This record gives sequence, structure tokens and C-alpha cells, in this order.
Amino acid sequence: MRTQARLGLFLLLTPLVLWLSLLIFIPHVDMFLVSLRERVGVGEYRLSLANYLTFINEPLYLRTFLRTAVMSVIATVITLMIAFPVSYYIAKIARGRTRSALFLLCLVPFWVSELVRTFGWMILLRETGLISNLLQFVGLTDAPVEMLYNDAAIMVGLVYTSMLFMVVPLVTTLESLPDEVIEAGYDLGGSGVAVMREIVIPHAMPGIVSGSIIVFMLSLGNYLTPTMLGGKDSLWFTELIYSQFIVRFNWELGAAFGFLLLGLSSAIVWGMLKLTGQSLEKSMG
Amino acid sequence: MTVDLECLNLTKRFGSMTAVDNVSFDVPRGSFFSILGPSGCGKTTIMRMIAGFLSPSSGDIQIRGRSIVDTPPNKRPVNMVFQHLALFPMMNVADNIGYGLRRAGMAKSEIARQVDAALERIGLAGIGRRKIDELSGGQKQRVAIARCMVLEPDVLLLDEPLGALDLKLREHMKVELKSLQAAFDTTFVYITHDQSEALVMSDRIAVMNHGRFEQVGAGRDLYYRPGTAFVAAFVGDTNRWSGRIERVAGAQLELRTDSGLLMRGAAHGRPLAAGDRADVFVRPEAIRIARTADDLAHFDNRIAGRVTSTLFNGAASRILVQDRAGNEEIEVNLPQSGEFAALTRGSEIHIGWSGDQGNCFAAPGS
Repeated sequence: MRTQARLGLFLLLTPLVLWLSLLIFIPHVDMFLVSLRERVGVGEYRLSLANYLTFINEPLYLRTFLRTAVMSVIATVITLMIAFPVSYYIAKIARGRTRSALFLLCLVPFWVSELVRTFGWMILLRETGLISNLLQFVGLTDAPVEMLYNDAAIMVGLVYTSMLFMVVPLVTTLESLPDEVIEAGYDLGGSGVAVMREIVIPHAMPGIVSGSIIVFMLSLGNYLTPTMLGGKDSLWFTELIYSQFIVRFNWELGAAFGFLLLGLSSAIVWGMLKLTGQSLEKSMG
Repeated sequence: MTVDLECLNLTKRFGSMTAVDNVSFDVPRGSFFSILGPSGCGKTTIMRMIAGFLSPSSGDIQIRGRSIVDTPPNKRPVNMVFQHLALFPMMNVADNIGYGLRRAGMAKSEIARQVDAALERIGLAGIGRRKIDELSGGQKQRVAIARCMVLEPDVLLLDEPLGALDLKLREHMKVELKSLQAAFDTTFVYITHDQSEALVMSDRIAVMNHGRFEQVGAGRDLYYRPGTAFVAAFVGDTNRWSGRIERVAGAQLELRTDSGLLMRGAAHGRPLAAGDRADVFVRPEAIRIARTADDLAHFDNRIAGRVTSTLFNGAASRILVQDRAGNEEIEVNLPQSGEFAALTRGSEIHIGWSGDQGNCFAAPGS
């Protein structure tokens, strides 16, 4: 009986252990080792920090790195600003069928691939696109307007791609707030702003934190959107990693970049959690 | 007598459904008023209209003579204790109680002083730092009341706040709520579907059904002199028979039930005539048990019968008695003296009650 139970546990854990070790642990250890070696000759390597020094000494790399981080934070904040009212409406104001329909509408864009979705934005924003034509038709401009290939276009794409991942955790936490509690907030003399600040937002905090973490990670690691919507000046850090691995075949530097990105995202998430006084256990559990 | 809360011809319609139908009542200052009714009778709708979460379709709500229909909920001199209390789980006890004062813009030191005073008053001094989920059911109840009472509302609304408690605690909280009401000397409006809560605590009770008030009065009146058949059936336990009136003699009348049992009842001023269909209600505790018919000579309703079952329930133990002809089963309270404790199924017994105790009402639809 005892051995059977142990065997059961072992069998149940196997997929998880395989997943973690084969797909996450082993590749990362290997990547780390790769990032720590320097090529000195053909097939000849030695242990050094040269790759990390290259990163620090090359302003382009450092600037792209910081730009990616700042843009991702901004994208997360904008997504939260837009998703919060939407989620509040779905969770607390809409009823019955309307609510399911609205929720479904948030989900629909994800039924087509990210490539198609991004291409949709290109059709809208390009020089000969819908919006440009519309502006000319209305008479606001007399020449075609190029709205693609800049930071704003990237931001639009990132926010659009991330929206669902913010709406889902927010709707879930907001739904768990009883209407009675909101009504009590008003009944005891609270204005709309006060009820929002003192009751709704503190209650939704775990959803806000987990949604923000997901959106931030997705934005930071996004490759397609910045590549397609961004211009020559809007380099994303993932593009650097890609070009080191695939274009320049410099796996050592690519691996170092990968590790820096991992460190960066962990540091920012940790910093944000500390700043807002939240803990990962509270948000995820 | 000054009136704190007055509702005038209050009506609320949802689509084609009328939830509250032309209800008028007033509640004197400092009294405990209950609205008692089955679920879906419209009592919660009245409550939510007074609190301001619903606006009436027509009619007026006045507090101390001023109409509040156009006042938003956060500006009304009315506070509400919600069914599930709705304490703010993200705040500690002191912040919960101080919430309304903070909203009113009171100085911090003054808030702290008032919160401490309120905690003292509800017998929970020193637990201000605790979290809400660390409190027991009864403590939460008291915090929810204190949270409203620090705002010194003209009227406190309570929406079945005892519903979620277990039986023992509920019995205890009934007494405690009544004494809290006396201590704060505030007008309480309490809604419930539990007749015992309403009877124990209230100065006056309105019995509500299908959006209308059936009867408003003290608990004693509702219990002994129900004004309608619904009140007679809803408040307290009762035997109920349908039949046809055979003879009317002053206030007394004779009624033959559909199963052929002849019994005397009283109309208590209601217009009933021979030949009318009527329902008669007799409370189980109004019926006396005796071993011989002679002991019941002074009652005008006497039946000999057999015990068909005994229902032991402590102080509220009962027996079911079937008359000789086997027509009806009658529920009878056992006296507390224990002299009939030995009754078993099949025992021969005599029962009797005064015709005055048989409340007769015209049958619905006649």
C-alpha cells in the first residue's frame, strides 16, 4: 500500500519534473555556461566575462536594454488603465448574457494568430492604410500620414496583444468582491472615488499585480510586434538576442543577452512587488 | 411622538411585476420596527429603496419630515447592516468602524477616539487592530452595527443580519440586538422572514405578502388577533381547516369542515354569514388535553380521538390527534407539567378548545 502510494506520487510528479528539468533547468544552465565562454580561436574557448563586458561597453546594447524595459513598463501601465474599467464593467455592471458576450469579445482577437493580428494593425496604420485615407477624406490632412514604424505603433500593438491577460485576472478578482461590500461603501458615506480607492482597488490588488506581471513579461519578451510595427530606431532587446543567435551566429553573446533579460525582468517584478507592498504568494495564491 | 421614518404610498415596479404595492407606514423615533414576510414578498425592495439603492416608481420616503427620494445613498441619514454584513475585508476592525467618519472628513485623532468609544460600547474594546476574518460571527455582527452607529444615523436598516448565524448564536444575538437598540436609542428597521426574530425584538411588526402589508401591529396582536388568513398562517404554528359556515350567532359561528367535523369559531368582527366558505385557524397551544370528557366541559369545542403520533421537541412537544370519525388530524401542544408524557401512539384522549380561539376568515376567492 505504502509503496503503491509512493509509486503513484512518483508517476504524478514525473511530467512536472521532466518539464522543469528538460525545458527550463537544463537549457538555462547550458545557456549560462555558453554565456560565460569566449571564443579565442576556431573551436577554442575559454572561461571569461567578455560577453557581459561587451554589453556594458556598447552603448547601443545598453540603450536598447533600458528602452525595452521602460517601454514594457509603460505598456503595462497603459494596459492596466484600459483594462481596469473594462474588467469592472464586465464583472460588476454587466449582467447575464451581456457579460458573457463582452468577455467573449475580449477573447475573440486571440482566435487568430499574433501574426495576423499584428498585420491587421499594419493595414490600419500604414501610409496607404485605412486611418490615413480617412484623415485625408475628412480633410484633416492633405498628404498621406505614416503611422507605422515608431514607438507609438509598438505601444499600440503591445497593449492590444496584452489586453486579455490583464482582463482575465482582473475580472476574476473583481467578481469575488460582493456587491454588498461596494454598496456598504456608498451607504456609509463614500463617494464613487472613495469607494474605488479604499475598497475596489485594494480588493483587486492581487489581480492587478498578477495581471501586470504577466503583461510585463509578455511585452518584454515580445518579438513579433516590435519587429513588425517598430522602425529602424525602435530596436527591441529580443531582436538583439535573435540577431546574435541567428544572424551573427554569436551564441555566446546571445546567451549573455538572454541572461541579462532574465535578470532584468526578475529585478523589475521584484522591485514592483516591493514598491506596492505585495508579495508573490498573495497575488498567485 | 415624533416620526423618524415615513413611507407614503410607496410603489416599486420591475417591468410588469409590482414588487412593492402602495405601502404606507411610519416608524416612531427610537422604536424597533420589523417587516416580516416570506422571501420574494418585497421586503428587501422596501429596504433598498430606503437605503437609496433603488428608486421608487411612485410614492415618497421621508426621514424626520424631509423627503429623501432624490438624495443619493451616500448622503442619506440612513445606514444599513447588510445580510452578509459586508465588512471590508481589506481593512482592520478600527478602519472598518472609522470608514464612515473618514469619509465625513473628521480629524484623525477624533476618529480614533470615537472608534475606541464604539468598540467599548459593543464590548469589544481593544480589538481594533484585528483583521475581519479573525472575528467570530457574533463579533462581526457587532462590528457591522458599530460601523453604522458611529455615524449616528436617524434610522438603522438591518437586512436579515442574523440569517448566517447558527441557532444558538442567533438566539443570543436577538437579545443582544434588542439591548444594543436600547443602548444606542436609534430607530431600527429590521427585515426578516423569521417570525421568532421579529416577535422577540420588535415594538411593531408589519407582515408583508405579495408586495403589500397584510397587518401592522405589536407581536402580541399579530399572534392572537391576526387580521388576515395569511397572517394567521404565517405567524406562529396553527391548525387550519377549510369548511362552510352553518350558523352565525353574534360573534360566535359554527363551521363544518370539508371532512364533516363541526366546530365553533369566532369572526372577531369580520363579516361572515351562514353559507360562506371559510378557513378556521386554531393554535396547537390553545387546545387542551384531558383523559375524560368531563374535564373539558367548559369548552365549546370537544373532540374525542386517538393519538396518531407524538412529536417530541422539548418545550414545544406535540401530539397529533385523530378524531373518532377519522376525518381530521389535529396538532396539539403537550402541557409542560409532564402529566401526559406517557401518551403513546394509539392512546384514547379528549381534546377541547374555546370557540373564541378559532379565528375564522373568509376563504380566498369566495
